[in-house]
Amino acid sequence: MKKNKADPKGVLTGTHFLDGDFSLAEGALAAGCRFFGGYPITPSTETAERFSERIPRVGGVFIQMEDELGTMAVLIGASWAGKKAMSVTSGPGFSLMMENLGLACMLETPLVLANVQRGGPSTGLPTLTGQQDMMQARWGSHGDYEIIAISPDSPQECFDFTIEAFNLSEKYRVPVLVMTDECVGHMHEKVVIPPAEEIEVSERKLYKGPKDQYLPFKPDKDGIPPMVKAGDGYQFHVTGLTHDERGYPVINAECQDWCVRHLVDKIKNNADDIIQIEEDQTDSAEVVVVSYGISSRVAVRAVNKARKEGLKVGNLRLITVWPFPEKRIRKLAKDVKAFVFPEINYGQVVHELERCAGGQCKVVGVPHMGGGVHNPDDIYKVIKEAAK
Amino acid sequence: MNKEKPRHPVEQFLRMDRMPHIWCPGCGIGTVVTSFTEALRKGEMDLDKVCVVSGIGCTGRVAGYIKLDSFHTTHGRAVPFATGLKLGNPELNVVVFSGDGDIVGIGGNHFIHAARRNMDLTIIVVNNFNYAMTGGQVAATTPIEANASTSPYGNFEYPFSIPYLAEASGATYVARWTALHIRRITKSIQEAMAKPGFSVVEVITPCVTLYGRRNRLGDGLNILKYYYDQSEIQHNADPRNINISYQGKLIVGKFVDKEKPTFLDAMNQHLNKVLGDDYQKYGKIREDQQ
Amino acid sequence: MTEIRFSGYGGQGIIRCAMIAGKAFSVVEGKHTTMTQSFGPEARGGACSSQLVASDERVLYPYITKPEVLVCMSQEAYEKYEPNLRENGTLIIDKDLVKPNSQKRKIYSVPATRFAEELGNRIIANLVMMGFFTAITQFVSPESMKKALPGLVPDRYLDLNYKAFDKGYEYGLKVLEEEKKS
Repeated sequence: MKKNKADPKGVLTGTHFLDGDFSLAEGALAAGCRFFGGYPITPSTETAERFSERIPRVGGVFIQMEDELGTMAVLIGASWAGKKAMSVTSGPGFSLMMENLGLACMLETPLVLANVQRGGPSTGLPTLTGQQDMMQARWGSHGDYEIIAISPDSPQECFDFTIEAFNLSEKYRVPVLVMTDECVGHMHEKVVIPPAEEIEVSERKLYKGPKDQYLPFKPDKDGIPPMVKAGDGYQFHVTGLTHDERGYPVINAECQDWCVRHLVDKIKNNADDIIQIEEDQTDSAEVVVVSYGISSRVAVRAVNKARKEGLKVGNLRLITVWPFPEKRIRKLAKDVKAFVFPEINYGQVVHELERCAGGQCKVVGVPHMGGGVHNPDDIYKVIKEAAK
Repeated sequence: MNKEKPRHPVEQFLRMDRMPHIWCPGCGIGTVVTSFTEALRKGEMDLDKVCVVSGIGCTGRVAGYIKLDSFHTTHGRAVPFATGLKLGNPELNVVVFSGDGDIVGIGGNHFIHAARRNMDLTIIVVNNFNYAMTGGQVAATTPIEANASTSPYGNFEYPFSIPYLAEASGATYVARWTALHIRRITKSIQEAMAKPGFSVVEVITPCVTLYGRRNRLGDGLNILKYYYDQSEIQHNADPRNINISYQGKLIVGKFVDKEKPTFLDAMNQHLNKVLGDDYQKYGKIREDQQ
Repeated sequence: MTEIRFSGYGGQGIIRCAMIAGKAFSVVEGKHTTMTQSFGPEARGGACSSQLVASDERVLYPYITKPEVLVCMSQEAYEKYEPNLRENGTLIIDKDLVKPNSQKRKIYSVPATRFAEELGNRIIANLVMMGFFTAITQFVSPESMKKALPGLVPDRYLDLNYKAFDKGYEYGLKVLEEEKKS
C-alpha cells in the first residue's frame, strides 16, 4: 500500500477548539479529500458548512446536492474520476443513501460517509443523540456485502478516524462509514491537528499494465483489484449488475457466487488488518464492558466506579464496529463471566456480541433509547449485577 | 489469404464481445446508438475523455455496449453519477444515455437540478412512452389515453414534455427528434457534446414489443415510419407548445441553443471574484470564461 | 472538575460564551473541557443554554449534571435552570434582564446588556458577561480569555470585544472588593 505524507494545503496544523462535525471536515481535508457532496441534515450539517468554507482555498469541489440519493451517486462518480470523495448525513439521509451505498460496494468504489446519528425511527430526534443506525450501517443496503464502520468518541477522533477511514477505503476499495453521533458531532473539545508531514495518507492502487488488458474487478494477490481513473483511456465498463472480472454483467448463479464472495471475502480475510479495538484490564476481568463511540467514554466512568469497589471489570472499546472483532470476542467469552454492552439504542450490536459469545458467558445489553447518553450509574448497576 | 473480415464502421465504438445486444427487433434504441457513434466519429474530440453513464432500463443498457469509459448505474441516478464524474475531472466529456423513465421519472429531481445548475453534461433521452424493461407500464411521458400495462383502460395522468421541462429548468441546449431522423440526431448530439452546459436531446423511439403493440401502432418499421410521418420540424418552437398527444403531431427540431456559464464556470468566476488570490481555481478555465 | 452553564435566549451569544471559556481553559491553558449546547428548533428567542465540563484530566461524561456555576441572561433561562444549580453554586445574572424570585442564594449581577449598549452595541453583552464571569469565578485568567477570542469573534470587532470584556471584568473586581468590605 502506497502511503504518502498529507498535502499541507489541506492540513490546518495547530491546536483548535472544534466540534466533531467540523473535525470530520478537517480530517477529510487532511486525508486529501477534494470532493464533498451533501444535503443538509441536522445534526451533521456543520461538516458541509465547514467543507464549503474551506475547499475554495484548498482546491476542490463542494456541491450541495438535491437529495441524498443523488449525493451518493455524485460521490461514486467523483471517486471514479480520481477524487477522494466524502459526504456526511444523519438517519433519514442515511436511509436514502443506502441505495447507492450498495452501488459503491458493488463497484468497489472508495469513498467515506459519516453518519452523525440522531434518535430515530423516521424523523425522530433531529437535535438529540442516538446510536440507532448501527445495524443499518452493516446491512442497510440490499444484498450481501461487507463494509467497514468506525466509531469516534470525540472531536479529536472525528479528525483522526476520518483520515483512517479514507486510508482504509482506498486500501480495500470499499466505502467506509464513520459512525459518530449528535453528542460527539456537536461537542466542542480541543483538537490537535499535527503538521502535514506527520499525517500518513494512503493512495489508491492504480493499474499499471497494458491498456487493453485492464479488468476492473480482477483481484491482485492481496484480494483487491487495482483501479483506473475515468478519462485515462482504458475504455472500461462497470455495472451494478452481477458482473465478472471484466465488469460485464453475467446473470447466472456461478458469477453471483464469485461476485458476492469477492465483495465479502476481501474484507473478511483482512479483518485482522482492519479491526482496531482498545482493551483495558480485560485479561483478568470477570466482567468486560463492550462499547463504541460516545458510550465508551461514559462506560469508563461506570467501570472506574465498579473497580473502586473491587470488581474485576475490563473495558473493550470497539473502534471498528464493522467488521466485528469476532475472533477476540470468542476468545474472551471463554474467560469471562459476562459481557455488558451499553448502546444508545434498544439493543443492536449487542446481538452480534451475543452471537460471537456463543452462549459461553452472559451477555447483558444496557439499552438507552436515545436523546442523551447513559447515566453511568445505570451501566454500573448492570456491571454489578452481572458480576454476581 | 490474410484478409480481415470487413468491419462495420460502428464496431470500433462498440464492445463487440457483448453482442448480440438485448434489444428487441425493431427497437429504436439501436438507431440512437448508431447516431451517437456517428457523432463520436465525426466530432473532433478526445475519445479517451468521453464517458457514458446510463441508469436502469432498456436504454440503460447502452453504457454496457459502448466501448468508452462507461458506467451502468442505479435507476434514476445516472445524472448525479455523471455530475460526479464531470466535477471530479472537469476535462471529461460526460454523456448520460438513458430512457424517459430513468431520466424524468425516477430521476426527475436530479434532471431538473442538473439543468438548474447548468451542469456541463449531454443528456440523450430515449423516449418510448413507457417502462419497457419491466413490461410496458405507464410512465411520466405516456400520452393521455395511451394504453399501458398499468393503465389498461388508458392513461389519464398529464405527461411531462421533456423539452419544456428541460428548458424551464435551465438547459442551454434542447432538441427533439424521432428515431428515423438519423442524421439530425447525429448533428444534435454533436452540437450538444460540443456545447458547454446542460444539453438535452430527446429521441422518440418505437417500443415495438410493448407500447407499440398495446396501442396497435404496427410493427417496428411501421412505427418508426409512423413517428417520422407524424413529425413536423419547427426549429426554435416555444417548448410550452410542443406537448405530445396520443397519436397526435410530433413537433421536432432544435428548440433551445443559448449561452450561459456552466456550474464550474460560475463557481470559478464567483469564488474568484469573492476570494481573489485566495481561491484555488478548479479545472481548466475556458477562454471565453476567463 | 467544574461544571458551568451559560444560559439566555437565542441570539445573545450564549453558545459563544462557552466556546470562549472552553477554548481558554483547554487550548490556551492546556487542560480539558467538553462543551455542549442545547437548543430548540427556533433559531432566535427561546431558552438557550451551553454547558462546559472542565477538568485537569480528560472529560469522560460530556454533559453537566449539577453545575456549580450558572450564568443567566434571560428570565426564562433563570427560571428553567436555577433549580438545577448546585446548593453552594455561583449564580451570575444580567441585572436588567433577570429578576430573581428568591434571595436564598448569593447572586452576582452585572448590567451586561446596558454596558454593551453604552459601548455602542448590545451584541457584545455576552463579552461583558464573560469579563464579569472571569472576575467572579477565576475559572481562567483574563489573559487566557482574551487569547481565546481571535477566531471566535469577527476580527474587525476584536477591539470592541476586548473593551466589553474589560468592562465586565473591572466591574466584577469592584463587586468582589465591595463584597470583601461588607
